Amino acid sequence: MPSKLSLHAALISILIFAIFLGAWQLATQPKESSALVGANAEYAALMGKGAEKTDGFPPPIKVARAFVEYLSDPFYDKGPNDKGIGIQLAHSLGRVGLGFLLAVIVALPLGFAIGMSPLLFRAFNPFIQVLKPISPLAWMPLALYSLKDSSISGIFVIFICSIWPMLINTAFGVASVRRDWINVARTLEVNPLRKAFLVILPAAAPTILTGMRISMGIAWLVIVAAEMLVGGTGIGYFVWNEWNNLALPNVIFAVVMIGLVGMVLDMFFGWLQKLVTYRE
Amino acid sequence: MSAHFLSIEALKKVYPSDSGEPNPPVFEDIHFHIDKGEFVCIIGHSGCGKTTILNVLAGLEEATAGDAIMDGREVKGPSLDRGVVFQSHALMPWMSVLGNVAFAVKSKWPEWSKDKITAHCTGYLEMVGLGEAIHRKPAELSGGMKQRVGIARAFAIQPKMLLLDEPFGALDALTRGTIQDELLKIVQATHQTVFMITHDVDEAILLADKILLMSNGPHAKIAEIVEVTMPRDRTRAGIHHDPQYYKIRNHLVDFLVNRSKTYAGAEAETFHDAKNPPVVQPGLDGERPPVVLLPTEKPAPQLKQVINH
Repeated sequence: MPSKLSLHAALISILIFAIFLGAWQLATQPKESSALVGANAEYAALMGKGAEKTDGFPPPIKVARAFVEYLSDPFYDKGPNDKGIGIQLAHSLGRVGLGFLLAVIVALPLGFAIGMSPLLFRAFNPFIQVLKPISPLAWMPLALYSLKDSSISGIFVIFICSIWPMLINTAFGVASVRRDWINVARTLEVNPLRKAFLVILPAAAPTILTGMRISMGIAWLVIVAAEMLVGGTGIGYFVWNEWNNLALPNVIFAVVMIGLVGMVLDMFFGWLQKLVTYRE
Repeated sequence: MSAHFLSIEALKKVYPSDSGEPNPPVFEDIHFHIDKGEFVCIIGHSGCGKTTILNVLAGLEEATAGDAIMDGREVKGPSLDRGVVFQSHALMPWMSVLGNVAFAVKSKWPEWSKDKITAHCTGYLEMVGLGEAIHRKPAELSGGMKQRVGIARAFAIQPKMLLLDEPFGALDALTRGTIQDELLKIVQATHQTVFMITHDVDEAILLADKILLMSNGPHAKIAEIVEVTMPRDRTRAGIHHDPQYYKIRNHLVDFLVNRSKTYAGAEAETFHDAKNPPVVQPGLDGERPPVVLLPTEKPAPQLKQVINH
């Protein structure tokens, strides 16, 4: 039964995609009669390839060509403004990974401490509540001024946006470990380190992983915007660069890639979550 | 007096209230003692502080006043000397059955090798009839099996005393009976000292040497100590054929239904000394329990019929 269900779902998915492509094709069909007449046609001819990019929203076939072109050679490097999509994504993933890792290193121990101690929880709570809603990009000027490096600033922005969900979820997960399990550890005179790693951490792991998954989702959203701002490398910069070139097929290609990579990241954390989830 | 294995003296617990005004003590003037190898049950209505007493013995809670002395030393904080079986089994769901017991055993004997720990744990799990299920996760077990693991975990650390907080309360009657039988067998074989909370009168009679009857809270006290005078080799199947059984049972039910509320207030002191609660043996012929009638108390002759039906 479930396999039949997923088969039907896949068929409908394909159908939706086909309808979408058809509608797209219809909406972007070149209007032969009015488009290229007189001086406009000559001007277009003069401009050569450039005119191709300006004549409205690209039809699916042009976008498909961009897909083929970029995916056939993802790792080429022809100078600062012309790198393969693989290299751009690797830069973005590198920044996200580093910023996220730094956030894990800070958020997990701090969240553990806050979750264990009602005193620390109350002491830290006002700061968390104020800092949490700040858009990570608002930190950018301060980061650029004090860190004096656009790439490190990007990492900092990822760090600052991924820390809050992890911190809050870790604290919450640790604070709400079942009293019974803590009492078992107490009656067994388990030392604090063993208790932290063998009782509290596994008990809170599903909640912590949920926080990490949310953090990673936000980090991937933010990196595109951050790279648009700081420039240089990365998928965000690629999008902005292609927009400046008015190469909309490439922009669409990059947008789809951002979606796909984000999905893979989310699936990875979903898999991790499943690993640590326990049934009661 | 201090020759007893466990002595509880003048134990009292007051929980702080939200308004700041002092709450009445849940219980006060709790005096009793347990000897080595004794199985003691405590019975009383909800809210009389049975669980608090057990938690104080376990070291999980602190009493407001009074002492608990075990084996010559004051009970202060949790200790591996006292194994606890929790009402909700409290198994860690991310560990296997073996892992749960091994966690306890490794806490007691950190220097043991992995093989030794596994062998030790397997022995105790076989003792409770779970030799086949040691690699399963708690979620794959029935409620009764989970509670068996809890019992194996408590026994495996070989504590000087075992504390059971209504361990069978959440189980269906059939499962409860089977596990009671097993517990009975294990305790008879190991001569373990046990302190157990129960709501089940039959369970108490089956398992206990002594049953502590607690009056209702607040101001709960130990009202009476009932000695179960039936021979120790009881079985669940045969126990109700013993002529003592219904005498003891009626005495307990009579206490819970009629007398447990009469120990509060100042007038109770005229007939009851909390420091030396009367020890009664309702099972033995001739020796009638010192039933004390208060003016407010109505005798309940119909009760016997209700119970015996």
